[in-house]
Amino acid sequence: MNVPFNKAGQSDEAEAPHSLVAHFGAAQPLKMDAGVLLSPLTVAYQTYGTLNAQKSNAILICHALTGDQHVANTHPVTGKPGWWEIMVGPGRPVDTDRYFVISSNVVGGCMGTTGPSSLNPATGRAYGLDLPVVTIKDMVRAQAMLIDHLGIETLCCVVGGSMGGMQVLQWAASYPERVFAAMPIATAARHSSQNIAFHEVGRQAIMADPDWCKGRYIDEGRNPTKGLAVARMAAHITYMSDEALQRKFGRKLQDRLAPTFSFDADFQIENYLRYQGSSFVDRFDANSYLYVTRACDYFDLAADYDGSLALAFKGSKTRFCVVSFNSDWLYPTAASRAIVHALNAGGASVSFVDIETERGHDAFLLDVPDFISTTRGFLDAAARARGLPPSRARDI
Amino acid sequence: MPPRGPAAFRHRALGTSKLSKSAAKQVGEMLSRDGRLDLLLVADMVDARSRVLDVGCGDGSLLRLLSEERGVDARGIELSQKGVNDCVSKGLSVIQGDADTDLADYPDDAFDYVILTQTLQATRHPRQVLEHMLRIGRHAIVSFPNFGHWRIRFQIAVRGRMPITDNLSFPWYDTPNIHFCTIRDFVGLVDEIGARIERGVAIDKSGKPLQLNLPWWVWNLFGEQGVFRLTRLKT
Repeated sequence: MNVPFNKAGQSDEAEAPHSLVAHFGAAQPLKMDAGVLLSPLTVAYQTYGTLNAQKSNAILICHALTGDQHVANTHPVTGKPGWWEIMVGPGRPVDTDRYFVISSNVVGGCMGTTGPSSLNPATGRAYGLDLPVVTIKDMVRAQAMLIDHLGIETLCCVVGGSMGGMQVLQWAASYPERVFAAMPIATAARHSSQNIAFHEVGRQAIMADPDWCKGRYIDEGRNPTKGLAVARMAAHITYMSDEALQRKFGRKLQDRLAPTFSFDADFQIENYLRYQGSSFVDRFDANSYLYVTRACDYFDLAADYDGSLALAFKGSKTRFCVVSFNSDWLYPTAASRAIVHALNAGGASVSFVDIETERGHDAFLLDVPDFISTTRGFLDAAARARGLPPSRARDI
Repeated sequence: MPPRGPAAFRHRALGTSKLSKSAAKQVGEMLSRDGRLDLLLVADMVDARSRVLDVGCGDGSLLRLLSEERGVDARGIELSQKGVNDCVSKGLSVIQGDADTDLADYPDDAFDYVILTQTLQATRHPRQVLEHMLRIGRHAIVSFPNFGHWRIRFQIAVRGRMPITDNLSFPWYDTPNIHFCTIRDFVGLVDEIGARIERGVAIDKSGKPLQLNLPWWVWNLFGEQGVFRLTRLKT
C-alpha cells in the first residue's frame, strides 16, 4: 500500500486515514472534560457486517491504549492482520455474519480521529500539545456522536479490553439505556498509583527525547522515535507476566553462544523489546501516546458518583460480563472484582470470569480458549435475549 | 422453647410440586446425572418471580430451571471456571467466586432467597457463610448430607473407620468436606445464629421425604440429606 508521509516522516493516517470518517462541524462540537468545545471533530471508524432493519445488532468495540479502529482488517500501516481477528470475523465470537461491528479510533489517537497530530484549523499546524487533555469520557462522548451519526439508538453490546474496558464502563455509566450488554475485559474502574507510575515513565521517555521539541516535532520535521520506543518497551513489560517472559525468553542469548561483555542486546528479551519499540514508532505518534496514557491516568469512574462506584451502575438494566486474567498484574483480578462488587451493589446483572492463563494482561488479544468461549457464550446469550436470530450454521 | 419436631413446621405437602412437566423432566435429568436428589425440594421452596442467589451453582441447572419455569431473577456464584463458562453461555449471571470469601461483598437484603446446596460442609466457616446468607437474603435455603445417618454411624461404630458412602465417596485424607454435621447439629446452629426454620425436610436414599410426623431422632437417623428453608428471626 502506498502510504503518504508527513513532514516528520510519519504515515499520514492522522490526516488521510484508510478508514470511514465522520465529520462533525461547528454545530456539533465535542464537549470535553477540560471545559473546551472541540470543533471540528473527525472520527475515523471501521464497520464489519450489516446493520439489521431494527438496528438492534450493533456491537461497539473499544480499542486499548495503542490500538485502533482496524479490528478485523489488514492494518494500513503495518500490513499486519487486525488486532482482534481472533475474536471478530465470520463465525468468530463477535460474528460479523450476525452482528454489525463498529470500532472507532479514540479522540487523541493518531489513526484519523482528531488527535495531537491532526491539523489545528486555527493555526494551520498540527495541534501538538494545543489539543486539550482528553479523558475516557471524552472518547466515549465522541463514540456516542458516531453511534448517533449511524442512526443507532441502542448498542447490543459494548466490548473492550484494558483502556477499551474503561470506555465500556464509561458507556455503561453515561448511557445505561443505550447499552444492552457490556463486556469490560482486563480493566479497572480507576487507574492505580502503579498504573500512573508506569505511564509517567513512558511520557518522560518521550519528553526527554531531543526530537520531541516540546511537542512541536511535526513542525520541525522531526520525530522522537527513541523516546517513544523506550516508552513502548517499558509498557510492553507490563503487558506480560513474569512467568510468560521466563517461559518464552528465560535467559536465552540472542544469536550468540556467550555474552559479549558489551551493551548489545545479548539476551533474547532485550532483542524482543527493542523490536517491539522500534516497530511501534512506525505506526504510533508520540504526542498521541502522551494523550492516551493521560486519559487512562485521569480515569476514576467513581469520582463522578460521589466516590461510589455502585452509584455509577445503580438501577442499570445492562447485562455485564466482567473478565480478568489471573496472571494480569497491570489490571489485576482484584480490580475486576471491585467492578463486580460495585455492579452487584448497584443491583446490576453481572457475570464474572477470572480466566486462568499465564499470558498476563495481553491475554485479551491472544488465543486463550476459555476467554474466547466465554465471550462467545455471553454474546450469544445477550443476542438471544435481544431477540436476534441465531447464527447461521456453518462448517468448521 | 421453639417447637422441636419436624411436624411443627407448617410446610406444604411435597407431593404437589409446583413445577411444570417439562421442568420436572429437566430436574429428573439433573437428578439422574448428578444424583442431586435435593434440588427438586429446593426448587419447590422458591416463590415465582423472586430474586435468587445460588451459591455454588455448578453448571447453572437449578438457576436455569428457576429462571425459565418460575421467572426468577437468578444469579449465581461458582468456583470452577468450567461451571462459570457453562452458566455464562446459558445467559445466566454468574460470578466466579468462593462462598467463604465473596459473600461478604454482597449488600444486605439483595435477594429473596440465597441457596446453598450440598456445599455447607465444604466451607471453611459454615457459621459465617450461613449468617451472610441470611444477611443477603430474606430466606436461606440449605441442603446438606446428614452425618447422623445410620449408615455413617454404623461405619464409625462397627468398622471404626471414617465413613465412605455413595453420597460421600471421598476418603478422609482427600475430601473437600471438612465440616460435616448432623441434622440435629444444623438445627442447633440455626438456633444459635438467631434464625428460624420455616420449612424442613429430610430425604431418604431414594430422594423421598421422610414422614412429617416422625420424631427428630428418626430424621437424624434415616434422613440422608436435610433440606431447610430459614429466615431471620427479626428483620
